[in-house]
Amino acid sequence: MTEKKYTTVSIPVPLAKKVKKRMEGTGFTSLSSYVTYVLRQVISSIEEEERQKESFSKEDEEKVKERLRALGYLD
Amino acid sequence: MSKPHGGTLINRVVSDTRRQEIIENAKEMPSFKLSSALRKDAQNIASGLYSPLEGFLCMDDMENILEHSRLSNDVPWTIPIVLDMSEEEAKDFSEGDEIILESEDGKPFCLMDIEEIYTYDKEEFAESVYRTKDLEHPGVQKTMQMGSRLVGGKIIQIDDVRNPFEKYALKPIETRVLFKEKGWRTVVGFQTRNVPHNGHEYIQKTALTFVDGIFINPIIGKKKSGDFTDEVILETYDVLMKNYYLKNRAVMSILEAEMRYAGPKEAIFHAIIRKNYGCTHFIVGRDHAGVGDYYGPYAAQDIFDEFPDIGITPIFFKSFTYCKKCGGAVDGFICPHGDVHRENFSGTKMRALLVEGKIPPPHMMRPEVAKTVIEAERKFID
Repeated sequence: MTEKKYTTVSIPVPLAKKVKKRMEGTGFTSLSSYVTYVLRQVISSIEEEERQKESFSKEDEEKVKERLRALGYLD
Repeated sequence: MSKPHGGTLINRVVSDTRRQEIIENAKEMPSFKLSSALRKDAQNIASGLYSPLEGFLCMDDMENILEHSRLSNDVPWTIPIVLDMSEEEAKDFSEGDEIILESEDGKPFCLMDIEEIYTYDKEEFAESVYRTKDLEHPGVQKTMQMGSRLVGGKIIQIDDVRNPFEKYALKPIETRVLFKEKGWRTVVGFQTRNVPHNGHEYIQKTALTFVDGIFINPIIGKKKSGDFTDEVILETYDVLMKNYYLKNRAVMSILEAEMRYAGPKEAIFHAIIRKNYGCTHFIVGRDHAGVGDYYGPYAAQDIFDEFPDIGITPIFFKSFTYCKKCGGAVDGFICPHGDVHRENFSGTKMRALLVEGKIPPPHMMRPEVAKTVIEAERKFID
C-alpha cells in the first residue's frame, strides 16, 4: 500500500478561525476533514454547473426510442 | 435526472464497422478467458454502468480506493473493479499488449489495452472492501482465491453475450432516454434479489410518493442454492407491477452483476450504478448488501455521510413490520402499538408456505405474486 496521499494547504488564520467556528456542532473533529468535506461539496457543485449537455445525437436517441418501443417500454 | 458519475456516461462498445475487423484480427491475438463475474464487470464498464471507469483498474486508482474510497481523481468509488490473473497466466502478457478478453463460452468479448500488471496485498484488499479478514466472509474467501496479479487497462466490448432476459436488459443510455420520455425528473432506484412481499411494496410506494418514477432493478446472476430463480423474481415483479402500480410511474430492468456482500461499501457502489442509470434517489434499507453479522444494521446508511459529493440522494428505511391494529406496514417511529400487535414480514415463513403450495396471508404477500411463485416450473436454485 502506498503512503497516505495528503498535502498541506495554508489558509489565512482569521479564515481558519471562522471555519473552526462553523465546524462546531457538525460532528467533525478536525479542521482538515471539515475543510475537505466543504471543498468537495463546493467543487462538486461547480463541476455540476460546468457540465455540458450529454453528447448524444438526435439520431442515436431515436434509435434508442425505437428499441424501447419494440420492447414495450414506450407506447 | 442525475448526471453520470464523474460527469460523462462512458460508452466502450465498438461500432458495427470496427467490430468485424477486430473479430477477424482476434484470431491472431493473445487472449484471456474471463469468468462469468469478470465478463459481467467488463460488460458493465462498456455500457457505462460503471462510469467513469473505462477499463479494469490500474494500481493508482485501486490503491486510492482501498485507502480513501475514491478514484485517484477524488471521485467517490468504493469497490475495486479489477482483472486478476495467476502469476503464470500473467507471464503471457506485457504492459502495452493488446489482448482479447474472451467471454465464459470462449468467444472474443473485449479488446483490452494492457497498461499495467501489478501485485497487491489480498489481506489489505479484503480488509478495506469487506472491513474484515474473516475467511468465513464470502467476499474475503473470493479475494483469497483471486490470482496474485492484477491487470489494468481500458477495454472495448466487441460482442454481446446472449441474455435470456433481453427484454429487461436496458443499458444506462436506454434508461436515461426512457426516463426523459416519461417526463421523470426524479427517479428512485430499488435494488432487489427477491420475490416481492408487501413490505417491499410499502418501501417502494413510500419512496414513490416523493419522486416521479421508480426504477425496480433486480440483480440477476449467480445465486445460492435455495434462492428464488431469476425467472421467478422477474415474473413476480411483472405481475405485481401489472396489478398494483401505475404503468407510467414504474419501470423494471435487470442488473447483471455479482453480489460482493461488502455491506456499506457495496451500498455506495450500488448507488453509483443507479446514478448512472439516471436515478436521482436510491433506496437503502436495513443491512443493505450485508451478510452474517459483519456490518451494523444501518452501517450501509451511515456511510453516505462520508460522500457528500456522490450525486445521488439515498432514501433510508429502518426495519418495519405489519401492525394488525394499524392495518399496514409500520416502524417504531410511526406506530404507537406494541410488538404484540405486530408481525414480521418474514421471507423465510413466506417461502416455507410457498414451498408447500400455500398462499401466504394477503397482508404479507399479494395473492397474484404468491400464485405466480407456486405455479412456476422452477422456483428455486438447485
